[in-house]
Amino acid sequence: MTSVKSLLAKPWIWSFIGALLVWLATIAFTGGYGAGGMVTAALSLAVFTVIVGVGQMFVITLGPGNVDLSLPANIGLASAVAMKVMDGNDSMIAVGLLAALACGAAIGAANYLLIWALRIPPIIATLSASFIIQSIDISYGRGLQIKPPPGFADFANWQILGIPVLAILTVLFTIGAAIALQRMIYGRSVLAIGQNIRAAWLAGVNVGRIRFLTYTLSGALGGIDGALLAGYFRGANVDIGNEYLLASIAVVVIGGTSVAGGKANVPGVWGAALFLVLLLTMLNTFGVSAGVRLLLTGLIIVGVITAAGGQKAPR
Amino acid sequence: MPEGNADIIRLNGAEKHFGAVRALGGVDFHVGPGECVGLVGHNGAGKSTLMHMVAGTLVPDSGKIGVHGDTEDNYSVSRAQQLGIRCVFQELSLCPNLSVAENTRINHASLRGLSWRRKAADLIAAKLDEIFPGHSISASDIVGDLSIGRRQMVEVARAFTVTQDRLDLVILDEPTSSLDAHTAGQLLAFVRRFVAGGKSCILISHVLGEVLRNADRIVVMRDGKVVVADAADAFDRDRLVTAMGGAEARQKIAAQIAAAKPTASPLRVRARPAAQKDSTDLVACAGEIIGLAGLAGHGQTDLLLAIFTAASRARAGIEVTAPVALVAGDRQSDGIFPQWSIAENIGIRSLARLRSGVLISPQREAELAALWQKKIGIRTPDMNNNIFSLSGGNQQKALFARALGSDAQIVLMDDPMRGVDIGTKLEVYDLVREEAARGRTFLWYTTETEELDNCDHIYVFKNGRIVANLRRDELTEEKIIQSSFGDAA
Repeated sequence: MTSVKSLLAKPWIWSFIGALLVWLATIAFTGGYGAGGMVTAALSLAVFTVIVGVGQMFVITLGPGNVDLSLPANIGLASAVAMKVMDGNDSMIAVGLLAALACGAAIGAANYLLIWALRIPPIIATLSASFIIQSIDISYGRGLQIKPPPGFADFANWQILGIPVLAILTVLFTIGAAIALQRMIYGRSVLAIGQNIRAAWLAGVNVGRIRFLTYTLSGALGGIDGALLAGYFRGANVDIGNEYLLASIAVVVIGGTSVAGGKANVPGVWGAALFLVLLLTMLNTFGVSAGVRLLLTGLIIVGVITAAGGQKAPR
Repeated sequence: MPEGNADIIRLNGAEKHFGAVRALGGVDFHVGPGECVGLVGHNGAGKSTLMHMVAGTLVPDSGKIGVHGDTEDNYSVSRAQQLGIRCVFQELSLCPNLSVAENTRINHASLRGLSWRRKAADLIAAKLDEIFPGHSISASDIVGDLSIGRRQMVEVARAFTVTQDRLDLVILDEPTSSLDAHTAGQLLAFVRRFVAGGKSCILISHVLGEVLRNADRIVVMRDGKVVVADAADAFDRDRLVTAMGGAEARQKIAAQIAAAKPTASPLRVRARPAAQKDSTDLVACAGEIIGLAGLAGHGQTDLLLAIFTAASRARAGIEVTAPVALVAGDRQSDGIFPQWSIAENIGIRSLARLRSGVLISPQREAELAALWQKKIGIRTPDMNNNIFSLSGGNQQKALFARALGSDAQIVLMDDPMRGVDIGTKLEVYDLVREEAARGRTFLWYTTETEELDNCDHIYVFKNGRIVANLRRDELTEEKIIQSSFGDAA
């Protein structure tokens, strides 16, 4: 009984409950048909939101005003860079992934440079950076769809017993991220800065370095996400990252991370990503039109955030 | 008292507590018509609290307020305004984004109609001309663009403008702190004219000469009480200083510290304030407790922060030879991490030492917390409780534990005992002396003069500079007050 109680006290548990309810509602509607396939599909798609969601989570945890709005443009450019470097050639996969990672990290570092050197608020800096990145992407990729090497596309879609391999790898990655958040100096520093940046400075935290690392990390995760998306959807294009602007922020908030900063959790990002994907699947299954689907998605996100925001601050 | 000569304001037995802190302990205070009352006392003596009550911004916990001979039961700012009582507070209250004329309109609801802006401009311009002839401030200037001195001139002039409400009493809280000698003289001359016209003023100033020359009557406050109230010509500078400081014998704890001090210990900090004109340095060696004294906000915190910054990045004029930690006085904005437990709040300064491998060890973190809970006496059943489960004094102890539990050999203390109860203070004093005996260096900014008894050496600050440099055997409260209230700018 006490273990159930302590489980219910975790801020991330609600996103999983939400995902479960949506899934149950859908298979009740279909009469149990496609229940397993739905989970597999949800896992495959949730992976991409989780990867950028974790980056966004660290950024948002830095405190009010911190957000990375350049992720969609970043994903778009990195997917093009990865595909061009791989050039349809299986032997270049690792090099391509590294290129995407470096491209994303460079974008993240540039974001922080704008914030730090020009003292622009992060929301403006990352938004204006995304326009520049998008322009580079358009002139670099010429708007063409670039195909991944067959080996990479197969890898991105590879499943073992119905479980996507990418999802397994992402679970391992998120475990690492959770440990970094709670048990490493880096994570503690991010949490301290998010609660009170001045107190963090006076307690000896290297505020500038930690913020730089965080924006670079978010950028790098966006970059790798772009490469994986291009592999999964068998082609890179400029718009491939568009839906991850709202999604990356929504999974952070629905997952129980505080928008005010200083309080974060990684499991919630998974729960929220599954919830969002399953929600779309459910609405598709119910056969509602695209307009209604977007409307309901928006309303449900607002509802969840309102409910999650209802918990009282410790004061 | 005859009806025609009723006091403008009279407070009887006014008391005020902020939490456990007694700000005012039963004060009787009055201002009659046609007099200028000087109010002097240390930081924290209760002057501002008393003036907030006169102005209606604070309500006393107990005691009576009477205005113009009638008892006021629901006294408030707007009531004070109606009754002709205005206040110029130390923290300037003008809106920086509005013009001088627009700021004037805020206090005068009767300036209406399409031309209200011109009416307000005429009103404030006339008053500025009257008080500060040749002032060169335009009513259309945006307040944020004015220098701090000009802002103070506008603030003062605005308080003396009259439209429909009466004006009997103006409280001037440090009105000359940002004015140069010339404009300050203009203002004080105007105050004398104002008082000669049958109106009244309360003048608060740390420049004792100003008060002695311009007040008719002087009220001295200490520790939330009025200690002396007498005609101004009954005072001279020395009597005033003695009354403020409390000349009664104070126990000197630290004779034994001075005796036990090693003569040549290694240098830890050498620092010169940015505003220092001569070559005076603050020097701190291993095992020393150095006091930073003087009035609040005269550059002590700035120097501590400069030393803190210099520890990680080289800075001109400041030499720091060991790791530094800081104990914040303003807990909420500079110290506490509200989401965290007591243990996490203590551990943040020592994360690198709490690691095993790359991960922070929860066991070591708990050990550090438990060690300091015992050593400094943090009263809680569980160090994993949220930091806000502690009382203010115990939160402050956690901040001390954060600094003392770290590898820092230099501990900077930014007036850390603000609002802390006396029991906690005594415990922490003992601990500080004990840690100093082990070779740690403390730089201790404090606004409470008794705390300086714990120090080996005291630097007195004024206007961002070191103005006096006292060994502990030279330390008397009078000396500190003499230096920090010195009239020489």
